[in-house]
Amino acid sequence: MSDPIISRGFFGRRRDAGPPGRVPPGQYVTHDFPVLSAGPTPRSPQEHWSFEVRGAVASTRRWTWAEFRALPRVEVTVDIHCVTKWSKLDTRWAGVSVDTLLSDVAPAGEYVVAFCDGGYTTNLPLSDLTGGKAWVVDTYAGEPLEAQHGGPARLLVPHLYFWKSAKWVRGLEITMSDDPGFWEAAGYHGRGDPWREQRYRGD
Amino acid sequence: MNTLVLDVPGWPGHHAGQHVDVRLTAEDGYQAQRSYSIASAPATAHLELTVERLDDGEVSPYLTDVVRESDVFELRGPIGGYFVWLPHLRRPLALIAGGSGVVPLMAMLRHRAAVRVAAEVAPARLLYSARSADERIYNAELERLASEDEDLRVAYALTRTQPSGWTGYRRRIDRAMLQDVIWPADAAPLIYVCGPTAMVEVVATELVELGHPAPAIRTERFGPSGKP
Repeated sequence: MSDPIISRGFFGRRRDAGPPGRVPPGQYVTHDFPVLSAGPTPRSPQEHWSFEVRGAVASTRRWTWAEFRALPRVEVTVDIHCVTKWSKLDTRWAGVSVDTLLSDVAPAGEYVVAFCDGGYTTNLPLSDLTGGKAWVVDTYAGEPLEAQHGGPARLLVPHLYFWKSAKWVRGLEITMSDDPGFWEAAGYHGRGDPWREQRYRGD
Repeated sequence: MNTLVLDVPGWPGHHAGQHVDVRLTAEDGYQAQRSYSIASAPATAHLELTVERLDDGEVSPYLTDVVRESDVFELRGPIGGYFVWLPHLRRPLALIAGGSGVVPLMAMLRHRAAVRVAAEVAPARLLYSARSADERIYNAELERLASEDEDLRVAYALTRTQPSGWTGYRRRIDRAMLQDVIWPADAAPLIYVCGPTAMVEVVATELVELGHPAPAIRTERFGPSGKP
């Protein structure tokens, strides 16, 4: 990286830098939980909700809301990092590990597109969703996940920028190629690793 | 509020609605980055950013209180490929602003006005919500644009205090106001909503209830949600 330009007279408040090593470069810590969606909030009634794993798999798997809720559940506490620069530490979620959803699936592709109510999509390598790195969560801070924050259920992939943690998720499509999702097609980075500050295409 | 007029050598151009990331570096290497919407239309000589000073802000107080002419800082952009308006889009253009959310919408109106000199553009309506008359920005310019263009209408909602003799709206944007100001769903407008997240959520939800399809409603939200 070339020498940054020093901003004459800038000192900064330095209250938002967070504990050393916890906060990726360019981020500040917030105690709020901002909402940043590109359109209106979808509202999905539970009786019509389902979650699918489909695409390059031997057979499609599908769960109704009741079936999803009956799967083995976990609670996780993770830091989350939004590409718009805020990070939120120690967020508490509950839901189902993606490993559980993919067990017995035998995916034949190496990529995934998460698809959602309202048409949102995001793409990830399958390896970023497996091995205890991702969940489909329906509970935040002990309460049912609010619609604005992605309820009834969203993907949670905390090691990547939070746009990959797709709100209103309805399923995972296993794909053979890495197909850009909504923000990826709108100029954001394909992978989105906050520790390498992969915010925008070309980073 | 402060409008910064920037010389950006090598600026690749932008679309109305996009933003930039501004990065400040202190002498000891400490850095802070924040995003700001571009206020200027594409293809103008300088890039303009209008910055609202947040009392507890990290970057905005610097950009409104400290920065002076000939200062240099880093910016990155343009960023954002969804909340953009292009003049070839001929559907009626509905713009709904809360506070400093008017900035990217102003870039759209400035672009539209520039293009209108030589070509036809879509009709446009701006509904601009602010707490008081003094807190509106671009007031004189909006009045001028509206007076020169019968296909541009600007309506204000002043939510907290209104000057004596005020004939505009005196309350937060609600469904009835949207029905008065914004085209009905069968006119298929493109709608851009920008402002504090709570306001955007209310407006977007009401627009869906009024029958506008979700893909026609593009939102840009900022600020805290107010809940952890």
